[in-house]
Amino acid sequence: MNNWLLVCVLLITMGFAYQFGLARSKSVAAGGPGRMHSRPGYYGLLVALWCGVPALAVFMLWSAFEPNIIRASVMEYLPAEVVSADGSQLNVALRRIENIASGFGVSDQPAEYELRAAERMSAVQQTGRLSMYGLMAVLGVAGLVLTLRRITPNLRARNQVESVVKALLVACSAIAVFTTVGIVLSMIGEATKFFSFVSPLDFFFGTVWNPRFSTVGTGDQGQFGLIPLLWGTIMVSIVAMLIAVPVGLMTAIYMAEYAPGWLRSMAKPVIEVLAGIPTIVYGFFALVTVGPFFHGLGQMIGIDIRATSALTAGVVMGIMIIPFVSSLSDDIITQVPKAMRDGSLGLGATKSETIRNVVLPAALPGIVGAFLLAASRAIGETMIVVLAAGNSPVLHANPFEAVSTVTVTIVNQLTGDTDFASPQSLVAFALGLTLFVITLGLNVVALYIVRKYREQYE
Amino acid sequence: MNTTNQTNLQDREAAWAKQRRVVEQSLARRHAAERRFRGLGLSGVIFGLAMVALLFVTILAKGLPAFWQATIPVEIYFDPQIIEVEQRPGLLPGESAAQLREREMAWQTQLTMSNWNRLIENALLEFVPEAADSRAELRRLVTSGERFRLRDMVVADPSLIGKRVRLDLLADANIDVWLKGNIDRDLPDNQQQLSAKLRQWADDLYARDVIRMSFSTALFANTDSRSSLASAGLAGALAGSLYMMLIVILLAVPVGVASAIYLQEFAPRNKFTDLIEVNINNLAAVPSIIFGLLGAAVFINWFKMPLSAPIVGGLVLSLMTLPTVIIATRSALQAIPPSIRQAALGIGASKMQTIFHHVLPLALPGILTGAIIGVAQAIGETAPLLLIGMSAFVAAVPATPFDQSTALPVQIYLWQGNELRNFFEARTSAAIIVLLSVMITLNAFAIWLRKRFEKRW
Repeated sequence: MNNWLLVCVLLITMGFAYQFGLARSKSVAAGGPGRMHSRPGYYGLLVALWCGVPALAVFMLWSAFEPNIIRASVMEYLPAEVVSADGSQLNVALRRIENIASGFGVSDQPAEYELRAAERMSAVQQTGRLSMYGLMAVLGVAGLVLTLRRITPNLRARNQVESVVKALLVACSAIAVFTTVGIVLSMIGEATKFFSFVSPLDFFFGTVWNPRFSTVGTGDQGQFGLIPLLWGTIMVSIVAMLIAVPVGLMTAIYMAEYAPGWLRSMAKPVIEVLAGIPTIVYGFFALVTVGPFFHGLGQMIGIDIRATSALTAGVVMGIMIIPFVSSLSDDIITQVPKAMRDGSLGLGATKSETIRNVVLPAALPGIVGAFLLAASRAIGETMIVVLAAGNSPVLHANPFEAVSTVTVTIVNQLTGDTDFASPQSLVAFALGLTLFVITLGLNVVALYIVRKYREQYE
Repeated sequence: MNTTNQTNLQDREAAWAKQRRVVEQSLARRHAAERRFRGLGLSGVIFGLAMVALLFVTILAKGLPAFWQATIPVEIYFDPQIIEVEQRPGLLPGESAAQLREREMAWQTQLTMSNWNRLIENALLEFVPEAADSRAELRRLVTSGERFRLRDMVVADPSLIGKRVRLDLLADANIDVWLKGNIDRDLPDNQQQLSAKLRQWADDLYARDVIRMSFSTALFANTDSRSSLASAGLAGALAGSLYMMLIVILLAVPVGVASAIYLQEFAPRNKFTDLIEVNINNLAAVPSIIFGLLGAAVFINWFKMPLSAPIVGGLVLSLMTLPTVIIATRSALQAIPPSIRQAALGIGASKMQTIFHHVLPLALPGILTGAIIGVAQAIGETAPLLLIGMSAFVAAVPATPFDQSTALPVQIYLWQGNELRNFFEARTSAAIIVLLSVMITLNAFAIWLRKRFEKRW
């Protein structure tokens, strides 16, 4: 029987269990002396839960362990040379046996041991499945009958059902925590493996990035210096912030203080479109439009500007984070109390003087928070730099030259690699950990500042 | 006396006039500063708007032509003398399924050995009779994948042999580039991709309307291809993205809504829930590539899930979208006025009933809007997918979420790196247009939902 079919059968059974519970609670209510504690639906739900959930748990446990159990049962029939063979060869042998066991067959004449193993496999499979069905049926019927018998006017069905739902809600909100824990643990775990190859000192303070390829040999494993990558990241982010901060801030000021209603309601969503465009699109835009434009511009004025450079990547990234700066700053500027503006205007200051001397200083902490959030966005950005920064992990200070960043290197070192044993791929996790710590630090500080600011004017 | 008064008055007037001048000058200066400041603000807005316009115009200008592709409508004669093949094998008594498949494969191999090129050449010769002695050259008009298409047609329906079928053959990618003028037509021979003869034929056939620019169904119906560039399409990527979108909708949305309900309505205010709260806010700002690393370490390395499978991509994107959904749901729940809750509680509903029967239905439009925007963001994400191996070349439409696949943004990444830039720049832009249309449709739907069902309290 197919797994999906099984789940469907289970769900249908639960539907019937619900109806039984409903009917039973109504009949109890009609015949009994007192009023029922809960509404009939809750009795139905309780019966359905007791009928379905234990059976479902058995099914999930069996599905999780079935492959291993079957594999173990077949192993003893295989000749020693197959068992001791490497993973892929063993998998091929097992696949053949599976095919024989399922009746699909193999194209050549199967060996004696294969036939016996297949026989054993289908036997184990069948007994396993049958006992699972049996157990599920017993649990389902037992849950159904026992709960039906428990239905009395005093049974607090609603409370029980609600506590199940609440447990489910708690479990769901724990997933977000588990994600963070998972990120931290997996990063630290894999990064520790990396640091057993390369000393943390060489990693964090090394100025040369030259990881070589993992096939070169173990004695000579290249240099993993973080500094050039970190500097590349910082350079691209600085260029991005040089674009995004003035444009974003001026946009926010204009939108909050000057713009007539129609312009604000039209331009704000359009500019926010910039935040919703996938970064791969920006990368492509940088590669085919902005890069060649800067290259041509450089030729015109006699500077050597590479088409893929820190400048190209930074400018396009700056365009991308304009809306982050502008909408956050906009929120913050509109939160400055009107009384402060009125006081300044009443003393005869012009609007721009009020903004520069009163509103902006008052909003400054919040705006700095917005800048920090935007900077963390820039540091963690990947696709734009992968396509447009040129990928050259060399330490230099020329923004017109190609650079490489932490994120680009993570992609380069891990793409399509299944091997998690060499320092060449493990370094991605050490880089990821560095990135995570930096962005987390920026976010925590920024969110703290923004929250403090909000409290100040609430 | 009178004159002194008058001089005094004049002096004072002169002083006032001077002061007035000073004030006026300073006012003029301050107003000029005001105008400059205002102009700066406006230019910031204009810069932002101009960038949006530039981005869309560039992508549309590059990508729209790629939706039309050079095709050659011909009549293919499936000549039985060229296709030499026996009857398709059927199941013999006492044969296992594996053995039948083996013979079927042999039959297909035999079929593949037929000279499919010759069918194409014969069809083309009708239009270019002078090419009879340079068939190999003539064949290059049509992209190389078309012969496999002919074979697949026969595999699907062997009765085609001996029949004539009207077909639109895709022209070679270089022909398309040449006809669209995407290569400099004045380049010397040794820098051109096509021989002088082929260019001549292409121009000639295009003028006679034998080669036409017709809507490129290949872009949507085919999977990626490396050997036959003109027939590379997005079918596999679309299916992969669709699977991932479904997984995100099935996982991130219910889990996110459930945890938002708990945090907003049930959670006691204590250290632990504060921690969860800070944690979710930070998770929303973690760079997406970190989620890719998480996926590579946990799903691929520990759980040994398959590389480049939409299931892994979907899981990673779900984790990434979760904070967005939680935050949107919480603010939607927060916007429901307490009077609703109090009314329900007042007539004896339990807290759970209040939330599920009254608060949640009212908050639903807001929740759905947030969820859709989160899903739209997720399908545009590239970096985490690269780390779980989705940048592998896959030339098949995934049948299940566990099969190898690519995704739309990853396909864009792969295509932009193709060597035949003249052809793939447009093709990539077309793929971007497809991706953006999907995202815009989703967002428009979200906005419509909000406009349609939003309630002001």
